[in-house]
Amino acid sequence: MRQSKRVFVRTLVAAAVVAAFAAPAAAQQTVKIGLLATLEGPFAAGGQDGMRGAELAVKQRGGVVAGKKIEIIKASSDAKPDVAVNATRKLVEQDKVDIMVGPLSGSEGIAVKDYSKTQPNITFINGSSGAQATTLVNPSPNFFRFNTEGAQWMVGLGKAALDKGYKRVMVIAEDYAFPYSQVQGFMTEYCRLGGKVPVKAWVPLGGKDYASVIARIPKDVDALVVVLGGADAVNFLNQYEQAGGDKPIIGGSITVDQTVLNYKGKRRESLVGTLSAGPVADAYDAAEWKAFVADYKKNFPDGFPSPSLFAYVYYLNMKAALDGLAAVNGDLSDGQKKYREALSKLVLKTPTGDVHLDANRQAIGSTFITEVVKDPQGNLYNKVLRKVDGIDQMLGMKKEDFKIGSRDVPDCP
Amino acid sequence: MSAAQWRKAMNAGAQAQAWPRQRRVAVAPAAPAADSRSYATPSLPAWLRWISQRVSARHVLVMAFVLIYPWVATPFFTFQIGGQALVLGLIALSLTFLGGYGGMISLAQMTVAGIAGYMVAIFGTSSMPEISLGWPWWVVVPLAIAIATACGALIGWLSVRTEGIYTIMITLAIGVAFHYLMQQNYSLFNGWQGFQRVLTPQVLGIDWRSPIPYYYLVLFWALAGYFLVKYLVRTPFGIALQGIRDNPRRMNALGFNVIAHRVVAYAVAGLIAAVGGVLLVWYNGLITPGSVGTGWLINILIIAVLGGMRHPIGPFLGAIVFVLLQNFAIDVFDRERFNLVIGAMFLAIVLFSPDGLLGLWQRLRARLAAGDAQSRLSTPRPSRRFVKGGSQP
Repeated sequence: MRQSKRVFVRTLVAAAVVAAFAAPAAAQQTVKIGLLATLEGPFAAGGQDGMRGAELAVKQRGGVVAGKKIEIIKASSDAKPDVAVNATRKLVEQDKVDIMVGPLSGSEGIAVKDYSKTQPNITFINGSSGAQATTLVNPSPNFFRFNTEGAQWMVGLGKAALDKGYKRVMVIAEDYAFPYSQVQGFMTEYCRLGGKVPVKAWVPLGGKDYASVIARIPKDVDALVVVLGGADAVNFLNQYEQAGGDKPIIGGSITVDQTVLNYKGKRRESLVGTLSAGPVADAYDAAEWKAFVADYKKNFPDGFPSPSLFAYVYYLNMKAALDGLAAVNGDLSDGQKKYREALSKLVLKTPTGDVHLDANRQAIGSTFITEVVKDPQGNLYNKVLRKVDGIDQMLGMKKEDFKIGSRDVPDCP
Repeated sequence: MSAAQWRKAMNAGAQAQAWPRQRRVAVAPAAPAADSRSYATPSLPAWLRWISQRVSARHVLVMAFVLIYPWVATPFFTFQIGGQALVLGLIALSLTFLGGYGGMISLAQMTVAGIAGYMVAIFGTSSMPEISLGWPWWVVVPLAIAIATACGALIGWLSVRTEGIYTIMITLAIGVAFHYLMQQNYSLFNGWQGFQRVLTPQVLGIDWRSPIPYYYLVLFWALAGYFLVKYLVRTPFGIALQGIRDNPRRMNALGFNVIAHRVVAYAVAGLIAAVGGVLLVWYNGLITPGSVGTGWLINILIIAVLGGMRHPIGPFLGAIVFVLLQNFAIDVFDRERFNLVIGAMFLAIVLFSPDGLLGLWQRLRARLAAGDAQSRLSTPRPSRRFVKGGSQP
């Protein structure tokens, strides 16, 4: 009995010693990166494409950075903040990732940012979440965002709308942080230049019935600003057409994304001429962008005809994670201090121009103003009207005057 | 399942549950040691005998395991697996109490928990200072539990006049309506975004959000809920409730107020769910309409059914399996199809053991006991088939 107990204890000690030596040795050869996107719920298609984008960034480096193998561990959420935090916690605490990339949607981003404060030795890099508050309110020292957010994506669209002669518009948007930001990005400029927004309709995310909203559209508005994502946008477009609607549409950044452009319904034809703005434009003709699109198509023949916003933004953030890792030569010691410094100073070369971070670790970057046109094969795509560079989170306002967008901010009836 | 079938299933359950009690009588010869001691020292007798009769080795083992668990498990396993399983188990326990002992399946138990969670966010602190009142926790928590319990009773009062599938329908309707109310009301419930940063209070200098304190906090309330249900089902109220489950008309004829008993059962279940709801909002640190959506209403039912509705330990077993699957299914299967594993696992358990994990365990024990009995040539214990045959009095 005693003998067996002693053997048992010895085995335990031996196992512990082996584990203690084995763990750092393994850590030196691979860097684990957690990747979180929504593979369930309303953004499942977007989440899947986001994963493609992130994988592309790893593939471009051959899966190795500074002699270390990159191991990606994926997790899924359903666009709910509690699910996102649970998934992130599993990646960080159970799978022991060194770097975390994700999540996809706005309120998930805020929740993960809050969680990142409890893990100061892990570096969190955003996926594609675009809530302003993530980096403006209570920023976390180890949360980085190399993509511009929802409000920045709409800068320049207000002017483009006025140029088209839309003097009064109605806003139809989903009722949560991301569309608030998008509407603010649009309205800040639009109102400043004299446009009017008499009605704003906030609809629940995942809504199926837009009849009551369509009934509220005033006769005297020139266009509709529709900030709905994925399936919601398709539903709205369908119902608006069935109700005989014919007003031109100004889209949010995820409204006339590939998800909607690939839509096969009748409204597809009337999408032509739709203005929108965002950090990507399919038809941007810079060589770097074309190379990126070709690479995406080559690696993911089952993907979209052109990478979606989610794919692109996940690509950016994963690329930043890897570029930062290369800059410090894979050195993640000392609570990843050097790595974080490198990320803060990083000038990220992206297919759409250089991106650098502000004091809150938030990207300052470019936005495209686009218009939907039809190519000779009958595919719809976003033609670039203009590229606006160097947009920061204050949207050209003074810091004192700036308030985060909400249902009632900004306002110009 | 029709109301009659449901009642029949529950009848069988009650009978099957009766036999472990017989077993306890059989074990009685082990007690004399304690008995003789109790005669020797008259100051000890009652509680020692009480303990020796009710506590067996496996109880001690389980108790020791749950107490030691956080010291051997990683913080992740303590918090996200242990803590979450206990909270979800506690909420599902309220459904097990209603369903297993009252014969009423309510899908609104997560709604009651959600009401408690929202009340904590509204009366306490959150990232929405325009709405949250910022009251201290010792006012907020009792108030939240009281309001949620009242709502639980109200839901019960609305639905007790229905039976079987209609109870499920009406409670589902209430749950879904509550979800949409939360999603679309902005002045009070902050719509789709809900409340973020609903932090666990720091009491006695302990951060109750950190894994080990949180685990023990939840463990305490889970045990409290478990023993409350264990106790209640032996009280005259609990016995009457089970009588009402088996035959409401007969109980009515005997002079029991069927509706009052059922509403009280809902109130008790509401209380358990409310405590679970407060702990759940502290676990997540936030509450959104997604937390009380249809998915979660059904998840609670899944947890309860998975574990088995015959015994208050069932929902906790179900919750452990559920939480493990939610966390690790993605590792064992294709990352984009992992929900299939979860679904297939649930299907397998429900298909092969209609009374959940508890049923599996009981069948296994019955088989072992049968082998045991044969080898020892002692009096054969009633087999399951015998129990089933005897279920119609």
